[in-house]
Amino acid sequence: MALSTEDIRNIAKLAKLQINADELEQYKQDLSRILEFVEQMNQADVDNIEPMAHPQDMMQSLRVDEVIESDQREKFQHIAPATQDGLYLVPKVIE
Amino acid sequence: MHTLTLAQQVRALAEKQFSSEELVKHYVQRIETYDEKLNSFITFTPERALEQAKQADSRAGDVGLLNGVPIALKDIFCTDGVKTSCASKMLDNFIAPYDATVVTKLNQAGAISLGKTNMDEFAMGSSSESSYYGAVKNPWDTERVPGGSSGGSASALAARLTSASMGTDTGGSIRQPAALCGITGLKPTYGRVSRYGMIAYASSLDQGGPFGITAEDCAYMLQAIAGHDYLDSTSVDRPVPDYIAGLSEPVKGMCIGLPEEFFQQGLDADIAAKIEQACEVLKSLGCEIKSISLPNAKLAIAAYYVLAPAECSSNLSRFDGVRFGYRCENPTGLEDMYCRSRSEGFGDEVKRRIMIGAYALSAGYYDAYYLKAQKIRRLISEDYKAAFSEVDAVLSPTSPTTAFKVNEKSDDPITMYLSDIYTIGVNLAGLPGISLPVGFLQGLPVGMQLVSNYFEEQTLLNLGHQYQKQTDHHLQIPSEFE
Repeated sequence: MALSTEDIRNIAKLAKLQINADELEQYKQDLSRILEFVEQMNQADVDNIEPMAHPQDMMQSLRVDEVIESDQREKFQHIAPATQDGLYLVPKVIE
Repeated sequence: MHTLTLAQQVRALAEKQFSSEELVKHYVQRIETYDEKLNSFITFTPERALEQAKQADSRAGDVGLLNGVPIALKDIFCTDGVKTSCASKMLDNFIAPYDATVVTKLNQAGAISLGKTNMDEFAMGSSSESSYYGAVKNPWDTERVPGGSSGGSASALAARLTSASMGTDTGGSIRQPAALCGITGLKPTYGRVSRYGMIAYASSLDQGGPFGITAEDCAYMLQAIAGHDYLDSTSVDRPVPDYIAGLSEPVKGMCIGLPEEFFQQGLDADIAAKIEQACEVLKSLGCEIKSISLPNAKLAIAAYYVLAPAECSSNLSRFDGVRFGYRCENPTGLEDMYCRSRSEGFGDEVKRRIMIGAYALSAGYYDAYYLKAQKIRRLISEDYKAAFSEVDAVLSPTSPTTAFKVNEKSDDPITMYLSDIYTIGVNLAGLPGISLPVGFLQGLPVGMQLVSNYFEEQTLLNLGHQYQKQTDHHLQIPSEFE
């Protein structure tokens, strides 16, 4: 599957990545080659095969509903790029 | 002291032949002397290690299984108060605020961490060259790679800069570097070891496991880290066997399968000869060797390079520059902050995999890629299930080549992906696998992989231990690091 430069721009947008104009061509080539490679999958007849999402067909385990964690907001916010009054700061979203 | 195995060191410490402080000091000096050549550590914590060693020496009576022995942790395991970078600029400033369960369990067992080892960025790679902190080198030839992604843990142990180490394996990232560095590496069954605090790459494939000089050392490590953890709902609640006691069981009568697909064209004749010699040793121990078939094995890499990127694109969406990790300078708005923080923080291979994953999961392509890959995953898993109805273990080379040169494959993602041809199917199925040293070609180690049924790690450790009692490949030390 050969991707176009426009495809790369769209994928980058989905992935929240900024790809510069001078990198587009390289990504186009690399990603197209990877997709071409994975097309080997078409050799397999997978009609009526149940998809396998997980190595063990198991149920989600549940634990007893009791408090086991304590509040560690200060410790966790200590490593944040920007905080104020116990909140995480991001650039202004609403004018 | 560094020529002893971990199990021998445990016994020597118990008999007070030397103290943990002496042992740790010795390894600290070795790292200071030799790691310049290897770049196997990202963060070296000698003060912390010496402090822990003193505590280990002061313990009396019923001490932990690994009391006083030094280990090294792949820099993917969160360690409270210590930088945990995953070899990425994205986490260069990340001081983990908690311990991974594996780290907690190793601490409880009395092991002493010397530091955090280098790796491929976010565990995506097979050569440990994509690290933000520079490529790791192979102690057998420092112009060559140690394999990856857990290359720092493998390189450090092969050079005897630690007694054992921890890695993670998503497509072969413990077994392939173990093979390329001439040591033993065990990938446990998916769910045997908690993934809590292990930075996620592809959550349905990732599994932490040990590197040791011997299978016996891996048994000691696995004993300490295995078990159910309420903090990881995919860890499995079933009893942990006594792996150490199981080592001495006779292997006579065990049946070992050789997948014919792995021994056809494409396999290097010299590597095939080494594997054949190893089979002779197993036969001499009373194992029966027979040919089996894994008809869908050839599709494993293709399915993996849809599934792993799909999971990674989802997992790595957490790196947004808000709560921890890298944030770009002077963002003009929220969108700009997300996009630039991620683009500046992630390296090329990580970005490629995120984009492949985002594409494979996007509207209109989901069935053709992701769903098809999941169906192939089922076929591969069924192949192994059929194999284990007639054999106890499946044997193959671990890697199609010995260690390759630095930069030899780093420009071509596909060539690099093919290094994992023998290992990747095991992750798709979720099975345990071990790599054992079986000799050398032009001075470079060759590894053999054994795979067993779910939760049958003891079969692998038992076979490995019995094989290593007959051979000495695993005891060789690279001459520059003696």
